[in-house]
Amino acid sequence: MHESGDVKIPIGPQHPALKEPESFLISLRGEKITASSVRLGYNHRGIEKACEARSYTQCLYLIERICGICSHSHSTCFAQGVEEVAGIEIPSRAKYMRTLIAELERIHSHLLWLGVAGHEIGFDTLLMYTWRDREVVMDLLATLTGNRVNYGINTIGGVRRDINAKQKEEVLKAMDLLEDRTKYYIDLAQNETTLLKRLKGVGVLSHDDAQKLDAVGPTARASGIERDVRKDDPYAAYAELDFKVISVNTCDVYGRTLVRLGELMESFSLVRQVIAKIPDGPIAVKVLRKIPAGEAVSRYEAPRGEDLHYIRSNGTEKPDRVKVRAPTLANIQSVSKMLEDRYLADMPIVIAAIDPCFSCTDRLVALRDAKSKEKNTVAWETIRLNGIHWHKHRGVDFTSLNKRLLKTFNA
Amino acid sequence: MLKALFHILIFPGLFFLFIFGFIAEYVDRKLYARFQNRVGPPWFQPVADFIKLVSKEEVIPEEADVTVFKLMPIFALVASATAILYIPIWSERAVFSFNGDIIVVLYLLTLPTFTYFLGGWYSRSVYSMIGAVRSLTQLFAYEVPLFLCILAAALLADTWSLSEMVKFYSHHPGYWSFNLLGFMVALISLLGKLEKVPFDIPEAETEIVAGSFTEYNGKLLAFFRMSFNIEMVVGASLLAAVFLPFGLNLHPLITFLCYLVQVFFIIA
Repeated sequence: MHESGDVKIPIGPQHPALKEPESFLISLRGEKITASSVRLGYNHRGIEKACEARSYTQCLYLIERICGICSHSHSTCFAQGVEEVAGIEIPSRAKYMRTLIAELERIHSHLLWLGVAGHEIGFDTLLMYTWRDREVVMDLLATLTGNRVNYGINTIGGVRRDINAKQKEEVLKAMDLLEDRTKYYIDLAQNETTLLKRLKGVGVLSHDDAQKLDAVGPTARASGIERDVRKDDPYAAYAELDFKVISVNTCDVYGRTLVRLGELMESFSLVRQVIAKIPDGPIAVKVLRKIPAGEAVSRYEAPRGEDLHYIRSNGTEKPDRVKVRAPTLANIQSVSKMLEDRYLADMPIVIAAIDPCFSCTDRLVALRDAKSKEKNTVAWETIRLNGIHWHKHRGVDFTSLNKRLLKTFNA
Repeated sequence: MLKALFHILIFPGLFFLFIFGFIAEYVDRKLYARFQNRVGPPWFQPVADFIKLVSKEEVIPEEADVTVFKLMPIFALVASATAILYIPIWSERAVFSFNGDIIVVLYLLTLPTFTYFLGGWYSRSVYSMIGAVRSLTQLFAYEVPLFLCILAAALLADTWSLSEMVKFYSHHPGYWSFNLLGFMVALISLLGKLEKVPFDIPEAETEIVAGSFTEYNGKLLAFFRMSFNIEMVVGASLLAAVFLPFGLNLHPLITFLCYLVQVFFIIA
């Protein structure tokens, strides 16, 4: 792996190529990468543990904040799991609403990725153009849900906001505009020399490696694996909608770009289908606070790949265990493979090509000693007290402020 | 004596170059922004950036060679500012000229790149070192074509002095067309010299942070940035003088306006 004669460059935890803290150690000989290793865990937030101390509805808002970009993915995935445990079937209109927001989210996420990719290869103009167009879909999400990022539209048993005729029209108008722009980007990706030179043959992940390393989402689909939860295990309204799973066989960053651009086109058509087919009816059913005991695994095709939530209930109003496997965790192992024998200049785009979301990925695992069966787990309350103590020790004390706040609340 | 001081400090020396450098940076940034469908900075942004940087605390890395680290920005600034004295900008004669000053100007314009290399190398940070090696590699790539283009023009005029060269071309405007190809090549080389897009690999932000300048901050970084601006102005003036010798035998003021137009044309 890392040899002593090579120059070692730390990429991260703080580095302009990465939008979130994560550490890659890269060995260089000249400009060539000889070895690379990944270190996770700079952004562990204890969300899974925190869920165990909150009610299901509260959890939903916490889960939504796992990721700022695919927030709807996580909250839908969680809500689906809980509904499965509780044995509830949500109304058809709610399913369509979830699909609508999911596809709008995919559009905004893929446009965001295209801009980031442009920036990583030094093509800043592409970044400015795509992010300008992304505003259209962000505004749309804001009109539909009230928020630009954490939509808060899901609830256990359905959705919280309905769509009216005027909004439908707005959505369709925006889709036409965005489709026009995306066609331009597809043309750009296929014909622009700069893009082709920087993307073709870079970050190769062969079909077999992608299988072996368990890549998901566009990363896998660009290596010829047709893996898409929307098709394989349809949830929400996807079973009733018509769409293609985009996959290419180029196995490189260029392929990943084409897959995402193709998915954008599919998303536009999906959104139009949803608007045309959305049935009338209620948008939510009432769910009891206490969820019966049981467990469920919920899968969801987030823009970055398959998102997986495991929920175990013990019959109270708080979950017994929540486990989140964000798509980046499945893809991160393949980065080392993709970086093999490449130049340093390719590093940012190769890392960016899996569309990493590091903060969503970081988890802590407590291992149990096989012999003594001992394990160390800490209760949420202890962690909270430790946090307060840590800050107090460094001169940050909110005790009096909290008391004052409480007083105003009570008064 | 007073006249020489005026030339060095005010016009076409430091003061003029500072102002012109700021304007050039503004034009560069504004155009870049407009190409990208952005609004771009207000006109005083370069000045504001400079003032902000100068007023900041200087932090020098522990491992860096303090003398070299501190001297390099000043070297860069001085070298690029000196070169203007040999370039004719408002008449056919530059402030100073002698037979062979082309070599001096080219040498003075190469110096800043070496200071970027040395400054980066002695910062002793991996990012700076890789950036430094890259700017040196790039130096070999652009410097040769740039020299060849300018020397080709000089051979045609049969002189080693920039002022003589300009005189020759303004009296024989027809010869200008022979240098058109050279002008194109020199323009691209200049982009490489100034590490502008698409030749900005020495400071490729997404891999090696800011290249040679990763460890620089405060006044020293401000000097480096200023030297970049001045290099841009001086490089553009050089190309304007060599390849676009129009209106130099007219009234000085009109000539100067012509010069401004030409320089902005090259920057843009």
